[in-house]
This record gives sequence, structure tokens and C-alpha cells, in this order.
Amino acid sequence: MASTAAVPFWRAAGMTYITYSNICANLVRNCLKEPFKAEALNREKVHFSLSKWAGGKPEKPILRSDTPGV
Amino acid sequence: MLRQASRLLSRSVTAGSSKSTTARAFSTEVPSTIDSTFVESWKKVAPNMDPPQTPSSFMKARPTTASSIPTKLTVNFVLPYASELSGKEVDMVIIPATTGQMGVLPGHVPTIAELKPGIMSVHEGTDVKKYFVSSGFAFLHANSVADIIAVEAVPLENIDASQVQKGLAEFTQKLASASTDLEKAEAQIGVEVHSAMNAALSG
Repeated sequence: MASTAAVPFWRAAGMTYITYSNICANLVRNCLKEPFKAEALNREKVHFSLSKWAGGKPEKPILRSDTPGV
Repeated sequence: MLRQASRLLSRSVTAGSSKSTTARAFSTEVPSTIDSTFVESWKKVAPNMDPPQTPSSFMKARPTTASSIPTKLTVNFVLPYASELSGKEVDMVIIPATTGQMGVLPGHVPTIAELKPGIMSVHEGTDVKKYFVSSGFAFLHANSVADIIAVEAVPLENIDASQVQKGLAEFTQKLASASTDLEKAEAQIGVEVHSAMNAALSG
């Protein structure tokens, strides 16, 4: 099988396509004029709450959020 | 007991007939992806039950390729948060594929193209609408329908040239000073995207 197929540089560095695509999108968003920039960054805000489970119970959740103070 | 038998018999008959009066097609009307030997052996074993449906029977038939090339290309251009163009009939689109700017006319060979950061232009008569696309894919179908998906697509007027220059300088510098493979890759992406935006604004 062709394991010599040319891979994109980001794939060779261990990055997945989704990561590449999201980085590109973020860079484009950062170069927008106001008010488009504010709208775009607002649209892409995320709020995660992650907790690992041990012994059938969730441990303390880790919060990752773009909305400050939440 | 005889009363129960008639109720049971009538229930299975009415169940069968009510099912066939609702949206389900008869097995003879469904396209020939149905395996007829399976259906026959099913009917021998369970004559009162309809054979199980397969996923392909729920799908719409693949659109037929027109015998003559259509005059217009139907474009569906979607972003994760909005449907920019939906079923729009245009003359041509030029997409920034990784293999270069690709012009898509009606009757284009079915293609799946990965897009690189660049300008996508939609040509309708004398109207040209340009978008800067961050990355994505373009699916060109045999029936002259083009599905273009991008993560971020902005009209060129919305891009701030000074920020692009700043970003380009920053990432060129990062590329020179990067140590790990991942840093190098990220810096390289930055350089590529900003160069593409620069070229888009000036070209």
C-alpha cells in the first residue's frame, strides 16, 4: 500500500484536519473589521463543564468557559 | 374462543391494510435494491409480516443525471452557523481547491475537492460575489449541484488589511523561531492563511 502518499504538513506534524480547519477559521475571524469581529467571536464562545468519573461518581467538574465569571 | 379468533384475524388484516394505506410503498414499488430471494423466504416463514426495511428503502433515489448538460449550476453554500446560498442557480463558481483555483461549470465531472484558504467567487450573469473561505470542502455532483461547505466565509470587505499584515509578520516571526513540529505547523498555517488573505485583498 502507498504509505509514501504526500501528506499535508499539518498531518505530518500530528495535527488532525479538524484542528487545522479550526485554526484557519480562528485566524480569519481575528482579522475581521469591527463589528463583524465582535459578532464572530461572540458566536464562537463555548462553555464546557467536564468531570472525570471514578467509582461510579463524578469528581469535581472542570469548567472551560469563554463567558467570564461563570 | 371463536370470538377471540375473529378479533385476532381481523386485527392482523386491518393492521396490514392500515400500514399499506399510510406512506409506506409496496415492496414492488421500491427500487430493486430489495433482495428478492430474501423477501420470498421471509414470506414463507412469516406471511403476515412485512419483510424488514433496509436503510436504502428510506433514502431518496440518487438524482438522475440529466441527459443534456443543464444550463445552470445549483449551488448550496453552507457554514456551520448559516446557510449562505441555498439552491441558488448560477453560471459558474470558482473554488479555491488545494490543487488550485477550480472553475466549476454546469456539467462538471463529479468531484470532491478539499478547499484551502482563498477566494471563492460566484458568477451569475455579470454579478460576481466573492467570499474569503477559511477552509472546507466542495462536493460537485453529477446533476450539476455543488455543495460547498466552509467553516468560515466572509465577504472581502469585512477583512481588515492592517490586521492581516500584523498577523503575517507575527506568524513569519513565529515560523522562524518555532522549535517543535507542532509549533512549526501552527506557524506555517498562520503564514498561509494570512498570505492568502493578503493576496485576496490586493488581487
